[in-house]
Amino acid sequence: MATVTTEGSRLSALPPASGRAGLIGTLRSEFTKIRSVRSTYWTLLVLFVICVGLGALVTSLTAAHWSQAGPGQRASFDPTRNSLVGLYFGQFVIVVLGALIITSEYSTGMIRTALTAMPRRGIFYVAKALVFTAVALVIGEVTSFVAFFLGQTLLSGHHIQTTLGAPNVLRAVIGGGLFIAVTGLFSFGIGTLVRHTAAAISVAIGVLFVVPIIVNFLPSSWTNDIMRWLPSEGGLAIWNPHQQAHEWSAWPEFGVFCAYTAAVLIAGFILFRNRDA
Amino acid sequence: MIEVRGLSKRYGDKLAVDNLSFAVEPGKVTGFLGPNGAGKTTTMRLILGLDYPTAGTVHVHGKQYRDLPYPMHEVGALIDAKAVHGGRSAYNHLWCLAQTNDIPKRRVDEVLALVGLTEVAKKRTKGFSLGMSQRLGIAGTLLGDPDVLMFDEPVNGLDPEGIRWIRNLMKTLASEGRTVFVSSHLMSEMENTADDIIVIGRGRLIANTTIDKFIAENSTETVRVRTPQIDVLAKAVAVAGGTATAKGDGSLLVQGLSTDRTGDIAFEAGVRLHELSQTRASLEQAFMELTADSVEYHAGNQPGQAAGSHRAAAADGPAPAQTTGDTAQPADTAQPADTAQARTGRMN
Repeated sequence: MATVTTEGSRLSALPPASGRAGLIGTLRSEFTKIRSVRSTYWTLLVLFVICVGLGALVTSLTAAHWSQAGPGQRASFDPTRNSLVGLYFGQFVIVVLGALIITSEYSTGMIRTALTAMPRRGIFYVAKALVFTAVALVIGEVTSFVAFFLGQTLLSGHHIQTTLGAPNVLRAVIGGGLFIAVTGLFSFGIGTLVRHTAAAISVAIGVLFVVPIIVNFLPSSWTNDIMRWLPSEGGLAIWNPHQQAHEWSAWPEFGVFCAYTAAVLIAGFILFRNRDA
Repeated sequence: MIEVRGLSKRYGDKLAVDNLSFAVEPGKVTGFLGPNGAGKTTTMRLILGLDYPTAGTVHVHGKQYRDLPYPMHEVGALIDAKAVHGGRSAYNHLWCLAQTNDIPKRRVDEVLALVGLTEVAKKRTKGFSLGMSQRLGIAGTLLGDPDVLMFDEPVNGLDPEGIRWIRNLMKTLASEGRTVFVSSHLMSEMENTADDIIVIGRGRLIANTTIDKFIAENSTETVRVRTPQIDVLAKAVAVAGGTATAKGDGSLLVQGLSTDRTGDIAFEAGVRLHELSQTRASLEQAFMELTADSVEYHAGNQPGQAAGSHRAAAADGPAPAQTTGDTAQPADTAQPADTAQARTGRMN
């Protein structure tokens, strides 16, 4: 143990405090928090590697086998989706980070220390959500654009690549980053509700991954009616240049996902403010 | 200044804090005592607004905690030293707390130096011993230079040097005019540190007094004598108006007479003495008796009695000569302070 060098509490005087501890300081604090633990870097790295790596793998395989591809395959081929396919798996990584941002506060007990420093819980919650959104959005956009450009380069040997200027492509690539950010927020909201890492991740993955599979097994008339209302479809639609059958176009469909996410975040906000910490 | 009025907190069907009212004054160390599960931590959580009260109010400087403009400038609280993210370095932990209250960065270095953690500032707190975590927690409380300090069981897990350091720190903080509110389940700890004490049991207020009053009211001076002629001395003491209680180990505890007087009586009675010493009833014992009814969980076969009654039972075993029957006294009410200390060690 380190030895004590000073007796008593003699410390330099603080500048007189004026105003009130508020959102700005709490945003700074949350940014320090998110960048001062290794799990953030690990999850973001894994997210990037999975999305870009899978995109590169799939586009190279497509390019390599393009000469043998049948007319059906060629007709359904979409170079944007082909290069962004890693996002589908990347969503699980951001689900983990989104949940951890809040649940690690509970699992470590840090929430008690943090709420003692900033007892205005609404501010605390909003600052946390904003900082996470910013981080997830930046990494999501970077990942999406890198995966897109790398994929198009790999497809260009067969001249089957596309460009950002093609219809809906720019929206889809930007949408890839939005998808990552909103998916993370969705998980963050669930994490606030359940306050437990494993439970939050299970619920988020259950809703985003398992529910659509179950709905797929329903009679097709039901599936067609239900699918467009699922949060998962809204997320996938925004990074797909093409509209799916029985679904709305990209933005309204994405709006469904955002509405679910907002509902979870608002429920989280209310519980976070009113529950014992 | 902390003011608690009519405070109650119910968790499910358990009333953890029951209509508690007290005030903690500045410029003093106020000990907050009670057995484990008495509601000390819950009360502190309610003061900090971590939990919401079922009834009653808590004010710090006349305000609810969450309404304090800069909470860390007014209150420094350490509830649980392990309530930190283990993956974050000590420095970054303090820095992210400081930022919420617009506290400058140099302050982080200062408090780290103050608690002696400068060398490990960049290390992740996962590897910290409990003692180091306590120091880190205390560093956090001092970040904002607050007027009110609250520590929940701060000496738990500390080595003797660390304990002495915390005691000195608390006294210094109080001498600077700050309000220091510190909980403990050990009376012996408070005996050396606190000016005032608030004792609770099962969430209810049992005592709210100064430590001096508590000592005066609860400690009886006792003279311990060892002699081969116990019966003779016991009779002489009874004649002189004192109370003598034989202990199984060949010693006699005399109450109501001074050491000098007891020695004189022995001399006059021609009794040889092998030991003549003064002992004080331990505050720990007084505290245990005070809170005996409110202890939540007793060890095994000691219904209704606080820990330490083993010894009493053993001492009473061979039916010692009880010379003055009507003022029978439990054999271990009076004990040298060091034995009491040893026993409290076992209570942990």
